[in-house]
Amino acid sequence: MDIIAQLFAGLSLGSVLLLAALGLSLTFGQMGVINMAHGEFMMAGAYTAFVVQGVVGDAGVSLLLALPLGFVVGGLLGLLLEATLIHRMYRRPLDTLLVTWGVALVLQQVARDVFGAPNVDVRAPAWLSGAVQIGGLALPRTRLFILTLAIVCVVALALALRATPLGRRIRAVVQNRDLAEASGISSRATDRVTFFIGSGLAGVAGVALTLLGSIGPTLGTNYIVDAFLVVVAGGIGQIKGTVIAATALGLMQSFFEYSTTASVAKVLVFVTIVAFLQLRPQGLVSVRTRSLA
Amino acid sequence: MLELSGVTTGYGRTMVVHDVDLTVPDGALTAVLGHNGAGKTTLLRAVLGLLPVRGGTVRLAGEDVTALAPHKRVRRGIAYVPQGQQSFGQLSARENLQVVADAHGRAGRRRTDEALDLFPALRELLGRQAGLLSGGQRQQLAIARALVTGPRLLVLDEPVEGIQPNVVTEIYDAISTLTAAGSLSVLLVEQHIGYAVEHAAEFAVLTSGRVAHRGQGGGEGASADARKALAL
Ligand SMILES: Nc1ncnc2c1ncn2[C@@H]1O[C@H](COP(=O)(O)OP(=O)(O)OP(=O)(O)O)[C@@H](O)[C@H]1O
Ligand SMILES: [Mg+2]
Repeated sequence: MDIIAQLFAGLSLGSVLLLAALGLSLTFGQMGVINMAHGEFMMAGAYTAFVVQGVVGDAGVSLLLALPLGFVVGGLLGLLLEATLIHRMYRRPLDTLLVTWGVALVLQQVARDVFGAPNVDVRAPAWLSGAVQIGGLALPRTRLFILTLAIVCVVALALALRATPLGRRIRAVVQNRDLAEASGISSRATDRVTFFIGSGLAGVAGVALTLLGSIGPTLGTNYIVDAFLVVVAGGIGQIKGTVIAATALGLMQSFFEYSTTASVAKVLVFVTIVAFLQLRPQGLVSVRTRSLA
Repeated sequence: MLELSGVTTGYGRTMVVHDVDLTVPDGALTAVLGHNGAGKTTLLRAVLGLLPVRGGTVRLAGEDVTALAPHKRVRRGIAYVPQGQQSFGQLSARENLQVVADAHGRAGRRRTDEALDLFPALRELLGRQAGLLSGGQRQQLAIARALVTGPRLLVLDEPVEGIQPNVVTEIYDAISTLTAAGSLSVLLVEQHIGYAVEHAAEFAVLTSGRVAHRGQGGGEGASADARKALAL
């Protein structure tokens, strides 16, 4: 029984990591942008849920409204950042890292000024309170909701990339920017859309996080490193890898925690990933191609 | 169709192409010949706008396109088949054509069919990942993809480099078919004299980034003339 409980805890943690990392698998994995403000886009999504609840009142309705709105808020922040700063430094990852880190700090301060430094709470809707009982095991409804949301987001993103004109365009620009331009495709416009979607997913993740506890201006800092780890371990540019890595990290953390403590588990997970990347620097899932182009 | 005047371009501070004048008359084929490193690809990248020019102008059908982004030049009728059989390697062959057709609406879909009629062998390969096709197949795909944009001017960079002889014939035949109607102009870069000089109205020999020689293609002495200019 214990094992199943740990398994569920791990999957649940994995789904949170996955939501945090999914957008990064686009902006970092596909576009190669190290956006340290990704966590703050999550934070913005969380505060979007807070504001919407203040306006709407009903927790259920506000959650369902906040998910798409969080996407738009995160997406617009990303778009703004891309259009003003990031696009100037596409070939300079270190500059991007420093600048977006600065932006992250600014966004945290803005949140502090607008919403105050103390954490705030977003009420979960009644239909997500309590737990589902399965054979003596209590699975919290909020956790099940986040698990489902993560699956929905992954499937939606995978389908959008695989089967829509926009998805084709994004993949083409990522693979060969010059060739895309020389085929009549605007790479700048495509970059903006890609960044919008990736940042929007951070917003959705932020909304989901309000179900797990109170939120504050530094919410994003708790997730940013793990999210990058997931994308790197999964294999850059591969959604499949991101899914596997997030799940594996969640499970590892959960099972290590079971036998040690949370912070020791964290260290163990970190060491495992570093060791794994020594053996397989390209990550779990790597690209199969004959020529680079 | 295309008119380059005084085009100078390069990488960073190093200029590779100097003061090149070149025209491609409407419906004609102009060839640019030159040895490895002469600056042929660099010149073509400037024609497409993938490389900014440091001096001179690029005019397409009378319009100055020197400051336009590459995709806008393509919209105005330049299509480019870069050197090295390039493709969107992880997309399927079909997607390679679709992604370009998407940007051109219904005309894009019609032209996809026409391009596949030109290279019927591609139809069997549409489901395959482009990066895993052979060099010859990828080059046919690259030409088909360029045609989907609906060009008035087709720019080809060494289209048969490293390709086996029977496919070379197919590719040259396709180019001849395309130009036969007289509505498509071609700028063809080659290291080898054969097809280019035979079919070109005019050719230019590029040496160290400068036009070292100009000649008329087709006629009796043309290939001897080109051979001499290339010091072969
Ligand atoms: N990306 C680049 N950065 C710096 N220099 C470059 C770059 N690409 C090409 N060059 C230099 O520019 C010069 C011309 O190169 P280019 O590729 O235009 O030659 P080419 O005539 O196309 O040769 P080939 O027949 O081998 O394709 C060469 O000296 C090359 O080293
Ligand atoms: Mg070349």
